[in-house]
Amino acid sequence: MAVEIGGIGHSVKRKEDARFIRGKGKYVDDVKLPGMLYLDIARSPLAHARIKNIDTSKALKIPGVVAVITGKDLVPLNLHWMPTLMSDKQMVLPTDTVLYQAQEVAAVVATERYIAADGVDAIEVDYEPLPVVVDPIKALQPGATLVREDREQKDNHIWHWEVGDKAGTDKAFKDAEVVVKQDLYIPRIHVSSIETCGIVASFDKVEGKLTVWMTTQAPHAIRTVIALVAGHLGLAEHKIRVISPDIGGGFGGKVPVYPGYVLAIGASVLTGAPVKWIEDRAENIQADSFARDYHISAELAAKKDGTMQALRVKTIADHGAFDAAANPSKYPAGLFHIITGSYPFEKSFVEVDGAYTNKPPGGIAYRCSFRVTEAAFTIERLVDVLALELKRDPAELRMQNFIPPTAFPYTSALGWEYDSGDYGRALRLAMDKIGYAELRKEQAAKRAKGELMGIGISSFTEIVGAGPSKNFDILGIKMFDSAEIRVHPTGKVMVRIGVKSQGQGHETTFGQIVAEELGIPVADIAVEEGDTDTAPYGLGTYASRSTPVAGGATAIAARKIREKAKLIAAHLLEANPDDVEWKDYKFQVKGVPAKSKTMQEVAFAAYTNHPQGMEAGLEAVDYYDPPNLTFPFGSYICVVDIDRGTGEVKIRRFVAVDDCGTIINPMIVEGQIHGGLTMGLAPALYEQITYDEQGNIQGGTFMDYLLPTAMETPNWETAKTTTPSPHHPIGAKGVGESATVGAPAAIANAVVDALAHLGVRHIDIPITPWKVQKILKEKGVAE
Amino acid sequence: MAVETAPTTSKGQRTLKIHVTINGAPHDVDVEARTLLVHFLRENLGMTGTHIGCDTTNCGACTVLLNGRAVKSCTVFAVQADQGTVATVEGLEKDGKLHPIQEGFHQEHGLQCGFCTPGMMMTAVALLEKNKQPTELEIREAISGNLCRCTGYVNIVKSIDHAARVMRETAEGKA
Repeated sequence: MAVEIGGIGHSVKRKEDARFIRGKGKYVDDVKLPGMLYLDIARSPLAHARIKNIDTSKALKIPGVVAVITGKDLVPLNLHWMPTLMSDKQMVLPTDTVLYQAQEVAAVVATERYIAADGVDAIEVDYEPLPVVVDPIKALQPGATLVREDREQKDNHIWHWEVGDKAGTDKAFKDAEVVVKQDLYIPRIHVSSIETCGIVASFDKVEGKLTVWMTTQAPHAIRTVIALVAGHLGLAEHKIRVISPDIGGGFGGKVPVYPGYVLAIGASVLTGAPVKWIEDRAENIQADSFARDYHISAELAAKKDGTMQALRVKTIADHGAFDAAANPSKYPAGLFHIITGSYPFEKSFVEVDGAYTNKPPGGIAYRCSFRVTEAAFTIERLVDVLALELKRDPAELRMQNFIPPTAFPYTSALGWEYDSGDYGRALRLAMDKIGYAELRKEQAAKRAKGELMGIGISSFTEIVGAGPSKNFDILGIKMFDSAEIRVHPTGKVMVRIGVKSQGQGHETTFGQIVAEELGIPVADIAVEEGDTDTAPYGLGTYASRSTPVAGGATAIAARKIREKAKLIAAHLLEANPDDVEWKDYKFQVKGVPAKSKTMQEVAFAAYTNHPQGMEAGLEAVDYYDPPNLTFPFGSYICVVDIDRGTGEVKIRRFVAVDDCGTIINPMIVEGQIHGGLTMGLAPALYEQITYDEQGNIQGGTFMDYLLPTAMETPNWETAKTTTPSPHHPIGAKGVGESATVGAPAAIANAVVDALAHLGVRHIDIPITPWKVQKILKEKGVAE
Repeated sequence: MAVETAPTTSKGQRTLKIHVTINGAPHDVDVEARTLLVHFLRENLGMTGTHIGCDTTNCGACTVLLNGRAVKSCTVFAVQADQGTVATVEGLEKDGKLHPIQEGFHQEHGLQCGFCTPGMMMTAVALLEKNKQPTELEIREAISGNLCRCTGYVNIVKSIDHAARVMRETAEGKA
């Protein structure tokens, strides 16, 4: 592999860094257009209330305020509601009732940012408070306060979803030698990318063309949604351009359509002026979609010898006031049925019920493929509960039960076909690297002295790369992805892809895929994405799907180019194409290395000296429909020490062994794992959004919502095994989210392990010092 | 001293004239009294390298140096910078040569989405002014007011250490 090409497997330094380290990135709030207006939003202080009156007169008197928009103004345009991605609908602005605190109530458009904020302050709303329901379990009881009066169905139940063999699973539990059961609450959390959400919408009244710069992870899908929702206002898809510029982190929070986007677009269409809306952090954290909020009851049936047999899981999912989750259409609970994890359960049954509450919409991702963290956390916690019950070492119990490497492709009890894996190898490597046996000895010695130390394991299996069109769509649009490659006459390359980086480094890694396939140095390859006027249609970047799907498209498009290039090379070499082979990044006559042509020579010929009868040019497009999902996996081991005085959990070491198949850029993969681990640490120990009985958010700013800083975050240790995906063109599986999926269980298991000898079997995350201290006091071991 | 230039603007806001030196260039400008330093930089001067990530002085994306001290420019009024000097990310590169901190972030993969990066680098510059050879813990403490959601901080710590090493070597070379 020639290093100067910078192909697959090289830690090529990132191209995108050049602008970011100079402060020259272009994020949405950096877009400034002549005559641009600013939009700001008035929000509800109450979680459930009837709007008796909205007085906008004082706001309208402020010099510089151009317009105030209320729900009533949107009714004639039929824009007061919008569809969600989950066949529900969501208010853009309310006409009579607000359903959660911080819900959008009115919008002010002004000539300056501060004046728009002044306008928001001057709006007076008369509310009549209504009863509030914040607990999804209470919300599903008969007679509960009704959240959604607009629905025909007069209760708070959204949907019931189930998968698996119920009768067979029930029988397995009836016959089981050992059954363990654990209730878990996986709390509501918020992705809180450091850049909040925003948009600049610019409607050209003469051309009828709408251009938007928007913090979106899926620009093409947004373009189609705008055309479908606002087609009646004269917006047609060929005259809508969505640009997703540099994005300051996404993690799933920039997949949904928020009312602010719609309001800015509407305001620009009505005024003919560009309109900017940038939410502040409080708005972002209080009103934008949330993740998790799963109330889970899980049971595992096993033999006395530890053989796992059956899994039964019942869950209530809190979706807030609107089901605005961003799952593939067929999967209201996402891919939660990856919950059988790394183990060959014979029987499984999973059911989930969605509930409405007076809270902002929930159910988006938090740096994980649809509901996969909920699944991985549950199974990995449950395996430790079983280990405790059977008095077995948790590593040994996992090793005994893993799906063996010889069983792949493996079809799980809930219907997934796992592509490849070697779970035992990953766990063994993690155990060797951390010195597992020694740590267990140290733990025993410390326990004898009354010190609290724990070791936690998580051997997770992920499911990413949505997905095959037979099962995966969003709003009916199949979840393929795309790449278009043009090789210019001088051998330089333009690559355009249907996905969109939010920090993942696509400009570098997708260049490396093409470099590897075409033998052209990565420095000569430009990668563009995020502009719907130029990029081929794609479904965007989330659920770790860029490499598995658009990465496949990129490799295949490059191979299409190589096919044609081979014919041109044969023409230049005056050889039969069958006698020409691609070797050492060149075309050469078989057995005659001296007779060769580089891709650059071929590219020039494609425009200057191509064979008679062949089309000129050297370019290709591929829309890649993956034959299956990919199943990255890993084994994480965490060592914690607990302060018996404060209850503080200190992570002493954390070893993460990941297997994401073929690695394109080891440096970038390691960076993604570091970040993912930190977003796994966050909900395990720190982050949670809670509400009081009146539906007031607790933790609605960074003062209270605790993102880990450099002080809480340990020095992550990483290692890898490589088990390529057999069905992916380059064998890659995707990695952006693995660590967020796998880490919480390792940390929670370590804390429980430190306290297990005191009779502790489970602690709900986040495991805060006060929760631990309370347990220490109850057990009489607090200092 | 900031001088009140007019009792109120047409929008009813007090305006003051300030003199501030930004990345070595003097600016004499009228600003509304309530304008935050970060908005003054971004909106009035078009210097969009300094970012806004929260409203509560927690995230540090807006960190700049005011009179040599790292401050969060979302919680400082522009008029407080009157007669002072401000350094931002745009001033790090000099004569086409990257500052060692910029080089460090690139070499050690200390950034992903790039949004926290300018503030993170300015905090690091302030640290390295005071402490030529910070330990890992000192680096972590120094950046504990700057949040990053992408990197998990491991490579940011390495980036700052890289810059410290380069700056020490450069200083020794000169001495």
